[in-house]
Amino acid sequence: MTVSRKQVHLAAHFPGVNNTTVWSDPRSGSQIDFESFRHLARTAERGRFDFFFLAEGLRLRELKGRIHDLDVVGRPESLTVLAALSAVTERLGLAGTINVTFNEPYELARRLASLDHLSGGRAAWNVVTTSDAFTGENFRRGGYLDPADRYLRAAEFVELARELWDSWRPDALAADQEGGRFVRHGGIGDVRHRGPQFDVEGRFTLPRSPQGHPVIIQAGDSDEGREFAAATADVIFSRHGTLEEGRAFYADVKRRLAGYGRAPDSLKIMPGVTYALGDTEEEAAENAAEIRRQQVSPQTAIAFLEQVWGRDMSGYDTDGPLPDVDPVVGGGLSQGRVPVKDPLAVAAKWRALAAEKKLSIRELVIEVTGRQSFIGTPQSVAARIDEFVTTDAADGFILVPHLTPGGLDDFVAKVVPILQERGVFRTEYTGTTLRDHLGLETPGRTS
Amino acid sequence: MTALHLAVALDGAGWHPAAWREPTARPGDLFTAAHWAKLVGEAERGLLDFVTLEDALSLQSSRQDGPDDRLDQVRGRFDAVLLAAALAPLTSRIGLVPTATTTHTEPFHVAMGIATLDHVSGGRAGWRAQISPRPSEARHFGRREFPGPAPGPLDDLLAEAGDAVEVARRLWDSWEDDAEIRDVATGRFIDRDKLHYIDFDGRWFGVKGPSITPRPPQGQPPVTVLAHERAPYELAARVADVVYVTPHDAGQARAVVEEIRGIPREGTPLKIFADVLVFLDGEPGRAAARKARLDELDRAELVSDAAVFTGTPDELAELLLDWQRAGIEGFRLRPGAVPHDLKAITRGVVPALCRRGAFRREYEAATLRGLLGLPHPANRHAKVTTS
Ligand SMILES: Cc1cc2nc3c(=O)[nH]c(=O)nc-3n(C[C@H](O)[C@H](O)[C@H](O)COP(=O)(O)O)c2cc1C
Repeated sequence: MTVSRKQVHLAAHFPGVNNTTVWSDPRSGSQIDFESFRHLARTAERGRFDFFFLAEGLRLRELKGRIHDLDVVGRPESLTVLAALSAVTERLGLAGTINVTFNEPYELARRLASLDHLSGGRAAWNVVTTSDAFTGENFRRGGYLDPADRYLRAAEFVELARELWDSWRPDALAADQEGGRFVRHGGIGDVRHRGPQFDVEGRFTLPRSPQGHPVIIQAGDSDEGREFAAATADVIFSRHGTLEEGRAFYADVKRRLAGYGRAPDSLKIMPGVTYALGDTEEEAAENAAEIRRQQVSPQTAIAFLEQVWGRDMSGYDTDGPLPDVDPVVGGGLSQGRVPVKDPLAVAAKWRALAAEKKLSIRELVIEVTGRQSFIGTPQSVAARIDEFVTTDAADGFILVPHLTPGGLDDFVAKVVPILQERGVFRTEYTGTTLRDHLGLETPGRTS
Repeated sequence: MTALHLAVALDGAGWHPAAWREPTARPGDLFTAAHWAKLVGEAERGLLDFVTLEDALSLQSSRQDGPDDRLDQVRGRFDAVLLAAALAPLTSRIGLVPTATTTHTEPFHVAMGIATLDHVSGGRAGWRAQISPRPSEARHFGRREFPGPAPGPLDDLLAEAGDAVEVARRLWDSWEDDAEIRDVATGRFIDRDKLHYIDFDGRWFGVKGPSITPRPPQGQPPVTVLAHERAPYELAARVADVVYVTPHDAGQARAVVEEIRGIPREGTPLKIFADVLVFLDGEPGRAAARKARLDELDRAELVSDAAVFTGTPDELAELLLDWQRAGIEGFRLRPGAVPHDLKAITRGVVPALCRRGAFRREYEAATLRGLLGLPHPANRHAKVTTS
């Protein structure tokens, strides 16, 4: 018997609304036409990916009090587009990012269960939290949520969703025409939840869905976030895309699992990564550099500076040196993104780097923001992915292409076959649900 | 003769509580996408304007105050917006009009959902806006942090629904059609002067905007409302494109039309549809017998807010034309049992209307607004150009 190698999991991130997504390229298509979603999802399914992934942002981002106009803007309501994709794909998992602050458990649990039924067991939910009052201005709730309560609400939200998903017995649906029993006696349970965050009482409106519970993904990095993932999630979407950081994060989170009586492989860690390919290493490096230039236009370089410096920088020449003025701490120019934590330290680091490498503003921004995680030939990129996974820096990756909708075409055509030859990636789907693809157990009923 | 509009309301195995026990019903398939795809495919082959999909934020019940323990009726429903979205790629011309409630939901999410449905269907989305007045629904939303009207007086719920539709309409217009510019020279993807805050500040919620989703292909997907009395008629006249009413004969139809036409309204006239619950068989007497058999199975006579019709497709066609003369412009037929009564509509009633010159022989428009004869609406923010 051959020893089977640790398998790679892959997901396709639909290009988002930040500067990773290149819109100035002639090959760049619509960010909203259904055809773009269909194209990327079908490409991922052809590549036998585990799932397709959508991020979420519930308010258009702003800089200097105005809507940020340099990046792609506009996206669909996640679950609605995923439901449509369920009709044009057969096996691919369908993951949506949905905020727990601006939703209610009963309604969201039933939307997710609906997607799980409609897709035959392929739904996943990336549970994100936010307390930001800026986004809250679009919602009834407003921005009242104390940041300290974010994960308390998230944990109780998911717990309640699970009570609802479990509330119909697996055999509740009798559909017995002769005997006149649509529902079996005792098949639909009463849910009574009383907690610090929610009071919910009643019956759920859907039978238990094919996966029992949709797959739960978590993306958040604080200690509370990691603890929440260890307690609750099936997958972590992380930002730790280097070998060293990846291993440290992986070890940290997997260690926490034991405290919840969970096995290490019941939680998959999938960093979000970007890549650039070429027929030779040099060509790949050139392609990578060209993509970075497209991602950081002069105007985008200024916008990055302004986020750190907290003041208007539009007068600076992006081919010239970094400004010698200091950042305004708490300038708060940017809304709708994670704020820069220590602007003075960041500015000092950037200045040192620019001086050492003789970089202009634009070159510096290109250097310090979002360099591709994997650059190389299909061979070397596949080897690198394999290395990350075998050495426990990750269980797989969420690939973030820079082009809509064809951004994964080359990866699927060139890298996937090599991963398959190496014996670390499936050549066919062996199961029908996303839990099958990820090797996760179908949850038992908790009650 | 002006052509009629024809829609079908889909819910469970049909509108009779015992419909799932009909030999052709497939009750075990109700929670699969394939089952619904077949039904909507049939409606599309019949060239219907649209289907509506029922929904609620609680389990079906024979009681007003909470769940019942009946085991002999269909229980369970999909989220209708998601069901409609799953049907969109499988159909190409028919309108998809899911029910979404305005009472406990976030107006922003609902508006994005309908806009997205419009994008994925290429301009075939509509919305049946509904209130959720039941205490059992309120108990599913244990909100303690901020006030809400539910379960409150009906007038408040209707006013809140009006606000929710107003918010959706403003959000759908918050991106002008030519907002996306992709201007490489200035590095700008979007012309932010063509994105607009909506700054809605109402009694129950405020919404800042703009939308996160670009303007839907139809501009304004049609909003529809079911109404049985004066207050919801007024709501419909104020915010909807289509109202469904429930007269029981031509005289009542005339009276309802008169009452609604008397309510002041701006813009395109409200389209008035009548709901009729139908049992149809080609052979005279057979539909009535079938309904009686279903009543017996359910151990009760069917009760309905809408008129209940039993008869042949030809007889129904005559009734529809009679009500059309009373001012009704379209019908939302609620099939007593599917697929049986749905097929009787598409293969019996539709041809009967065609023979009378009262229904389309092919789809004449690619969008739901087009099928309803509603013009593509200009964006409220668009500058009128005089060139
Ligand atoms: C890789 C990654 C992706 C994320 N994607 C989203 C997103 O699409 N939408 C969103 O609202 N928040 C997103 N978040 C934000 C997190 O949910 C969370 O609010 C943030 O990371 C702060 O949580 P923390 O304090 O635990 O790190 C993402 C976070 C990470 C790490």
